[in-house]
Amino acid sequence: MHELSVCQALVQQLEAVSAANGGGRVELVRLRIGPLSGVEAALLSHAFPLAAAGTIAAGAELAITAAPVVVQCNECGASGEAAPNRMLCPACGGYRVRTVSGTEMLLESVELAAPADAGA
Amino acid sequence: MCDTCGCNITDGNRHLVSPGGRLAQTEDGRAAVTVLQSLLSENDHQAAHNRAHFDARGILALNLMSSPGAGKTALLEATIDALGDKYRIVVIEGDLETENDAARIRAKGVEAVQIATGSACHLDAHMVHEALHRLDLDGVDLVFIENVGNLVCPASFDLGQHLNVTLLSVTEGDDKPAKYPVMFRAADLMLLTKTDLLAVLDDFDTAQAERALRLVGSAAPVLHAAPRKGLGIKEWIDWIDGELEAQRARVAAGTTRRPAIQAEGARLHAANPAGGAHDHSHAHEHEHAHQHRHQHEHKHEHKHAHAHDHDHAGETGGGARS
Ligand SMILES: Nc1nc2c(ncn2[C@@H]2O[C@H](COP(=O)(O)OP(=O)(O)OP(=O)(O)O)[C@@H](O)[C@H]2O)c(=O)[nH]1
Ligand SMILES: [Zn+2]
Ligand SMILES: [Zn+2]
Ligand SMILES: [Zn+2]
Ligand SMILES: [Zn+2]
Repeated sequence: MHELSVCQALVQQLEAVSAANGGGRVELVRLRIGPLSGVEAALLSHAFPLAAAGTIAAGAELAITAAPVVVQCNECGASGEAAPNRMLCPACGGYRVRTVSGTEMLLESVELAAPADAGA
Repeated sequence: MCDTCGCNITDGNRHLVSPGGRLAQTEDGRAAVTVLQSLLSENDHQAAHNRAHFDARGILALNLMSSPGAGKTALLEATIDALGDKYRIVVIEGDLETENDAARIRAKGVEAVQIATGSACHLDAHMVHEALHRLDLDGVDLVFIENVGNLVCPASFDLGQHLNVTLLSVTEGDDKPAKYPVMFRAADLMLLTKTDLLAVLDDFDTAQAERALRLVGSAAPVLHAAPRKGLGIKEWIDWIDGELEAQRARVAAGTTRRPAIQAEGARLHAANPAGGAHDHSHAHEHEHAHQHRHQHEHKHEHKHAHAHDHDHAGETGGGARS
């Protein structure tokens, strides 16, 4: 259960993003998390307010998009969704596939209060 | 920043950063700032720095992961018995509370540093960095990192090692890869351990364990061993020898290797011959920071990443990325 340390890293990045863009408060944080990333979205949501308390990101909304697991077949070229423990080609059933999506743990975008409001 | 180096841009998310992607909008009263970074980029930068320490000395670093009690320390003891005369080995032990494993390694005459993780369920690159600076790495051939016994968290953190070895003891069941896909996907080698017990277990099917590994998308080789009984050690040692040779060839060529964790990033770096130079430059810049306290170095590292915007963009410009 390392979601709290992941959130602490996230808050550090949010502070850097804010500082580089006028220092406004963080209002909305969009994440994209795949099932093969090793973090659980629900646990992140619980940990984030704790990590953000007392920082520029306190009270920010966390919006998490679940990325699907998508594989592409090295044999027949087909691609499609798969389960994390059944990564077979959706067309030919082969296991020689490449993971196209599903491992993401990404900070997609941040919405900051306009810098003019920052002091208010 | 890290996003320009390309290591976090995968086929799955590239469309988000292409022109017209949905990450560049601005709403009234708000500045929408587009960033695309691994949330673990702090850890990843420290890991790259650790790897540079290894590469600068031609060391091969192996991370051992398993559930508690699968036989990691027993494997290390047998490995030291088999290789201790041939190679200089050091061991970093991650343990929740005790020094027991480090004491077992020291009893074999090998230097071991204990990282007491307290309640943390995994090692991270910063902990390993502190341990590295407590070791004399000159003349070392192999660094083994015994991760905390846990089949979930350790797979998510790059420590700076070159390869991951995931142990699965036959008493745990052949369905473990299906239950812990993230861990088994991270394996560069799956080592089935305690295979001496197969004779008395009627429900562990080694072929089924390998099939389950393939189904999580791993092409990693599978070896069998029972270190306590001296079984399978030769195959394991042969694999290490081959990987040490490969590592020395990489070092001679100025490249490096990230473990199977974050496979997409590794693939992009591999497609780009300048990827090795990227890690190398970390090494030079960071030698200054070593005497600093951990937190200071952390910040330094981040600045460093920013300062190198230009190099990264240049590197990837000639690579596979658009
Ligand atoms: N039968 C059998 N038992 C083994 C073998 N290797 C280790 N064991 C036993 O498994 C138990 C755990 O071994 P360790 O080497 O301490 O396992 P570990 O993975 O280091 O354990 P943690 O560090 O606590 O996660 C001990 O009782 C060992 O004697 C083996 O090859 N065969
Ligand atoms: Zn963890
Ligand atoms: Zn196919
Ligand atoms: Zn141990
Ligand atoms: Zn260092």
